[in-house]
Amino acid sequence: MTDRPLLRMSGIVKEFPGVRALGGVDLDVRAGEVHCLLGQNGAGKSTLIKVLAGAHQPDEGTIVWDGEEISLGSPMAAIKAGIATIYQELDLVPHLSVAENVFLGHELSRGGLTQRQRTNNIVRDLLARLGHAEISPNRLVGDLSPAGQQVVSMARALSHDTRLLVLDEPSAVLDQGEVDNLFRVIRGLTAEGVAIVYISHRLEEIRAIGDRITVLKDGVTVATGLPVEETPTSRLIQLMTGRSIEYVFPERSAEQRDRGAPVLEVRGLAHAGVFRDVDLTVHAGEIVGLAGLVGAGRSEILETVYGARRASAGTVAVDGKPLRRGSVDRAVRAGIGLAPEERKSQGLLLDEAVFKNVTVSSMSRFARFGFLDRGAEQREAEALTTSLDVRPTGVTRAVRTLSGGNQQKIVLARWLMRECRVLLLDEPTRGVDVGARSEIYQLVRSLADRGVAVVVVSSEIEEVLGLADRVLVVREGAVVHESAATAIDEATVLDLVMEGKVPA
Amino acid sequence: MSQDSVRVEKAALHTATPQSSLAAVMGSGVGRNLGLVVALIVLCVVGVATAGDNFASVDNLLTILRLASVIGVVSIGMTFVITAGHIDLSVGAIAALASVWCTTLATQTMAEDIHWIVMVGTALLVGVACGLVNGLLVAYGGIVSFIATLAMLASARGLAEIIADRRTQIVKVDGFADFFRADLIGIPMLVWMFALVSVIGWVLLNRTTFGRRTVAVGGNPEAARLAGINVRRHTVMIFGLVGLCCGIAAVMITARTTTGSSTHGTLWELDAIAAVVIGGTLLSGGRGTIVGTVLGVLIFTTLSNVFVQNDLSSSAQAVAKGLIIVVAVLLQQRLAGRSSHTT
Repeated sequence: MTDRPLLRMSGIVKEFPGVRALGGVDLDVRAGEVHCLLGQNGAGKSTLIKVLAGAHQPDEGTIVWDGEEISLGSPMAAIKAGIATIYQELDLVPHLSVAENVFLGHELSRGGLTQRQRTNNIVRDLLARLGHAEISPNRLVGDLSPAGQQVVSMARALSHDTRLLVLDEPSAVLDQGEVDNLFRVIRGLTAEGVAIVYISHRLEEIRAIGDRITVLKDGVTVATGLPVEETPTSRLIQLMTGRSIEYVFPERSAEQRDRGAPVLEVRGLAHAGVFRDVDLTVHAGEIVGLAGLVGAGRSEILETVYGARRASAGTVAVDGKPLRRGSVDRAVRAGIGLAPEERKSQGLLLDEAVFKNVTVSSMSRFARFGFLDRGAEQREAEALTTSLDVRPTGVTRAVRTLSGGNQQKIVLARWLMRECRVLLLDEPTRGVDVGARSEIYQLVRSLADRGVAVVVVSSEIEEVLGLADRVLVVREGAVVHESAATAIDEATVLDLVMEGKVPA
Repeated sequence: MSQDSVRVEKAALHTATPQSSLAAVMGSGVGRNLGLVVALIVLCVVGVATAGDNFASVDNLLTILRLASVIGVVSIGMTFVITAGHIDLSVGAIAALASVWCTTLATQTMAEDIHWIVMVGTALLVGVACGLVNGLLVAYGGIVSFIATLAMLASARGLAEIIADRRTQIVKVDGFADFFRADLIGIPMLVWMFALVSVIGWVLLNRTTFGRRTVAVGGNPEAARLAGINVRRHTVMIFGLVGLCCGIAAVMITARTTTGSSTHGTLWELDAIAAVVIGGTLLSGGRGTIVGTVLGVLIFTTLSNVFVQNDLSSSAQAVAKGLIIVVAVLLQQRLAGRSSHTT
């Protein structure tokens, strides 16, 4: 690592109609370092990396690259300069092969014909350099796992002469083993002198891989070049939020009191090839957590209980009444609600008004002979969103304009409106910034206290243990452990999800 | 949280301040319709300037409206399918089949024995049945609507030709022709029908659970499904609704021409889609406007009338139509892009 900056951005300002997304950002990155970019959702990280990728042009500020001031007028200009960006939503073409994706836009050709053999050889070398020689250049990208697709994206970045690689939350789609491999790749690249800009919400990853940190807040740099090893977590959280604690879990309600009849009963539920033999009983007022790795079948269990996937065996009953398999609207009528993992694509009508999103599952309540009483809809949605402290207020604004945490509240409000008996939460705090998390936790607990049976799936073990009363550990499609949340610690759960057994 | 919400509120304040630019107004629903009204007025001014009294007469105005009404009813139905994220290419063919079926010798004989309403009932039933078949193929057969309705386009028109034996069938039931060709308070029955269908369509789309679900299904089918909406059943109902509109349009065209023919409704699908799209309904689904569609239909019909009044060829007319579609969509994209830009 040298001290001479490879990249120096200073005073970057970017305005969109009505919004000042960046209000003066400074960032300097040295060759061969991993520079972490921290900030809450909406702090301006995405806008900043889009400026760096040439996708947005800054209104003010300078970019000095390798000692010379440059302007990145287009994505191609950035790539030519040696800056490659790997976005969270991977921009690959699923129906093309790995090799075709890597060289998309700069295909190797002679006389207008593509040189398949040469392309494949180069791609094979790139994949080997990334530690994934097992991926064949001829495979279709759509057949690869998210981790594999990420590797292809990185290979594409390296197929250009890349000197700075921007990774936007690369670990979001990866499990622990894959993250370790990613870190190995990153270390290999930095050893070759490539600079990395690494964006992540997970502080432990930043500790593991980062060299220096820049913190953004409200579109402004609040700290830059902090050495990772000497900066305590509390300081980072304080910089990001203006406060000094991360998040707190709500008090559990009265000690494991004798709960009433079970609300949700799942017996022997199976989905061929994904999970099997799942038994799950949730009482009124109880929060049950499902812990496990991504791909262990947790989300699939929730979706099958909800009827969004058709079970191959087993039964789901609410209040003793069995549900028909594979029917979401029956499940909803029986009183089940789901807050899906992909809130934006599965949960919300982003361009529609808040109140329409809140009432969408209980429209019949506001309808007489099919005619909707919009006044009543808006009044009740208003009352509900106010009680959930959704900000900014106003039920006619489009949901798209709300932050992640407030969008999640809208999804929860939908099921509150419906007065559901069972609430299934899939990664309830994904994309929710640190500050809003504890609010979501509080809300989930208060729902349980009102008698709702809650099931929570989360990749963050801490979240499952902190929020739930009872914990089920899922590994490779089977429940391997069940206990009270207070009777188990994070390390044990981690061992269970990795090894499938409690260490001796 | 508090920090974050302050930020969002700040952003909201920014957007709430009047941008005082045309773009802000034009980006809104009302503004879009206003733009269409302006376009329509411009067309009328051109009509008056070039054809004078021939254009500005009451008779000509009623002619424009009468022509607009048939394709208008189809376009209202098309607005629903497109809002729901689908497309229906078979509207013209369904109308042709319905018009042939309701004018067969058997149907007309029965109508003379009982009541001319039998012919109307036949047309509507044929329309709805074809629509439901489309809907079932799309929703439960998993065939994309473009293909399913393309198949319906071919087979419905083919069936119409078989039934009519490629001959034009004359309407002999006087009651039928008399009723639909009559004027009510000086305005043709067909125009009344178009107005009624438009009003019902508007209420259905904007004030009922059916309309809300249509928008939800078109905007994000997965989210709609997970919110508990029976997306498949709703899709079937939407195609059934378009079929009904085609049945109504078949009655109208049959009455207007006093014939049932397998050549009725040729290229209606394109006219209807064009009217819906320049009206402001998103082709990708999730946003629909009945008022826009009505204005779109009127713009196209007025345009043809201006061309006819000036003795210009129908080829020139087609070119102008194409240009209008491109310009309208380009304008909409610009405005939409400017008004919905976020970080």
